[in-house]
Formats: sequence, C-alpha cells, structure tokens
Amino acid sequence: MLEVKIQKKLPFFTLDVELRLGNEILGLWGASGAGKTTLLQCLAGLQKPTGGFIRLAGRTLYSHAEGINVPPRRRQVGYVFQDYALFPHLTVKNNVLFALNGNKPGPNGPDPTALLDALGVGHLVDRYPGQISGGEKQRVALARALAVQPRLLLLDEPFSALDTATKAKAFEGLKILHEEWGIPFVLVSHDEEDVTALGDVIVTLEKGRIRSTTVRRQPGEDHPAGS
Amino acid sequence: MNRTDWFPVLLSFRVAALSVVVIVALGLPLARILARRSFPGQDLLEALLTMPLVLPPTVVGFGLLLLVGKTGPVGRLLGMAGISLVFTWWAAVLAAVVVAFPLMYQSAKAAFKSVDVNLENAARTLGVGEVRIFWAVTMPLAWPGLLTGVVLSFARALGEFGATLMVAGNIPGRTQTAPLAIYYAVYAGDNGTATRLVLILTVISFLVIFLVNRWARRRNFL
Repeated sequence: MLEVKIQKKLPFFTLDVELRLGNEILGLWGASGAGKTTLLQCLAGLQKPTGGFIRLAGRTLYSHAEGINVPPRRRQVGYVFQDYALFPHLTVKNNVLFALNGNKPGPNGPDPTALLDALGVGHLVDRYPGQISGGEKQRVALARALAVQPRLLLLDEPFSALDTATKAKAFEGLKILHEEWGIPFVLVSHDEEDVTALGDVIVTLEKGRIRSTTVRRQPGEDHPAGS
Repeated sequence: MNRTDWFPVLLSFRVAALSVVVIVALGLPLARILARRSFPGQDLLEALLTMPLVLPPTVVGFGLLLLVGKTGPVGRLLGMAGISLVFTWWAAVLAAVVVAFPLMYQSAKAAFKSVDVNLENAARTLGVGEVRIFWAVTMPLAWPGLLTGVVLSFARALGEFGATLMVAGNIPGRTQTAPLAIYYAVYAGDNGTATRLVLILTVISFLVIFLVNRWARRRNFL
C-alpha cells in the first residue's frame, strides 16, 4: 500500500498530488514537464518535497510534519530510469550485483543472476551495457532495480527507447513481473498507449496537478479482456 | 653531464610532482562540489579560481610576491613563525600550484559534470552509500578527464617560468629550475648546457605523456 500526499514547489508551478495505491500498476500520464519525473524522484527520495507525506507498506518515508525524510538507499524503492542509467563501465552481471554489495542480501534473497535468467537476459551477464540492445537494457535495468527486493517499483518512460515489436513483448513481461512480485508499480509515460495498456489505475497529470483518475481494475480482479 | 646539469631538471620534476599532489588534493574536492551544486557567489569564486590561467605569469608572480613577501600579509605571518618562503624552492612550488591549478580544476569539473547524474541516483536507489558511489561510479567514469587535468597541470608546472622567477628567484643549485637554467644558459652564451637541458626535458616529457596515454588507453573499457 502506497499513500502519497505531497507538495513540491517547482520553478513554474507547484506539484500537488494525492494518491493511494494498493498492489496495482499506476499509470501516470502527462505531457513532458507536467511533473511526472519529479513525482517519481520524490517517491524514491532523490528530491525532497516541500510538504506532505509518503507512506509505503506502513512505513513513513517522508513526513513534513514529523521531519522524516528517509534517504533513497534505505527506502527499498526500485527505480528504472529513463534510458535505464546502467553503469557503462560494469558488466550486466556487475550492474545487478552492485545493488547487493552495499546491502547484504538475506539468506533467502533472490539470486541476481536468477533474476537475469527469469527476464531472459541471463546469457548477457558478461556484456557491457554498450553492447546490448534497448530491449535487453530495459530488462537488465528491471533486474537491477528488483535486486534490492523493493516494496515499490518506479518506472520512468521504460518503453520510450523501444520499437513497436519489442514494446509489445515488454508490456507482457512487465505484467507477468507485476503478478510475481505483488508490489505497487508506478509507471510514468508521455505516451497514453503505454499507460492504458498496463495501468490498473490511470492518473493524468497536468502542470503538477491530477486532472483525472480512472480505475480500470480493482485489486484482486483479473486484467480486463483485451488490455 | 655533470651535477649542475642535472640539478635544474631534478628540481623541476620535484616541484612539478609536489605541485600536482597539492593541486589534486585541493582541486578534486572543489571541482566535485562545484560541479553539482550552486550557491550565491559561485560565479565570483569560479572567476577567481580561473584567473591565474588567463593572467600573464609575471602578474601572478608579482601578486604572490606582494602576498608572501617579507612585508606582505601572509609573509609577515610566516615570518613570525620563523619561515621565509620567498627565494626558496617552496616558493617555486607555490608559484606552480597557483599557475597550474586552473587546468586541473577546469578539467576535473568538466569530468565530474560529464558523469550522468542519474547513474549516481541509480546507485542511491540501489542502497549504496555516497562514499562507495564516489569511488565505484563517479571516479571510474570521470577518470579520463581527471587524468587530462593531471597531465596538463603537471606540464604547466614543469614549464613554469615567469611566476617562479619572481617569487623563487634564479639561484643556481637552490631555486633554479630547468626553464630558468635554459634561459640563463642561452643568455650567457652557453648553448651546450642549454641544448643538454632541452634534450633531457624533451625526452622525459615525451616519455611521461606517451606512457600516461598508453596506460589510459589500456584501462579504457570497450
């Protein structure tokens, strides 16, 4: 369960958002400059809101009133960056292992190479990010973000670098991953198609404010046919 | 080749090496901080840090002389501690540091800025602390630019003439660096000594650049 009510002053407008999300996929849609990435960065702790609170799975990550602001490395929030932000000087395997070196995995923690296998990129472990395709990079970025066993996964424009055929596969892959992990996903896109294809709840953001909220699927319900 | 031929060369390399150590110790943290943050007065500070690059070395040397000379504000403080900086080889180090610093600072700042901030952010969301992010993400990605800064500032320190002459003087066997020795040898009509010094300096400088470049290329990924 993710509960968000934050304000953040930006140069041209104030981001002012209130959200409640179960373990569904939230599709966040809006034109570029609407504040989507700022919202994700606030959730991850990379930017500090100017007011409000963020609670994830019963834990307060940010609270203006209580003076709490958990640093990103302690939030257990997975983040798939736009253009993936894979470390160019590390192999695929070391990109994923990087997460675990700073944060010891529990004895039952996931084997990162198993994550790569499950995402169909297990054969690329020794390659560098510069040597793999956009679709492969996206899956490596997913494996890396999931390696910290996040309680929330944020995806910033995860499909913008993919061609149509790769994109269709990536949609399916992401739905399966979401069912396996059972955590809230927040997916940001400027492309309405991405958001409608995947979002259980679709929120439209305009100049930092929520213009509309559409619930397409209640928690526990199956995906509607044809989605 | 006798001892008097080698002294200026060894002194020059000693001054340049020590200067680079000081420059890296000061320039790296400063460049790192200023590459990612902005604060009031930043433009002013940046201009001040870059000034020695555009000013004639004699102007820098004269300024340093006013500062650390016996009657200068810093010079008086040092004098009370029983230290006289002017006309020692330490003054040559000071001159080289001030003159060569902007090259390291500018290269390092550009290098740090060239590292995508999202790579550092990605590492943060992966549960990694700032110290490890700096050494495992920022440094490996910035290092070609940092190395350029080291090579450029070393070269600049090695060739320092004007400011060095003003604050360290030209005392053979004490503060006379290779560029000064070459100038005064030619001035005295001793072309033999000048030629030997030029050859030594050229060969060593070439080797340094050649080896650094080769090492850099080998360490490069992909």
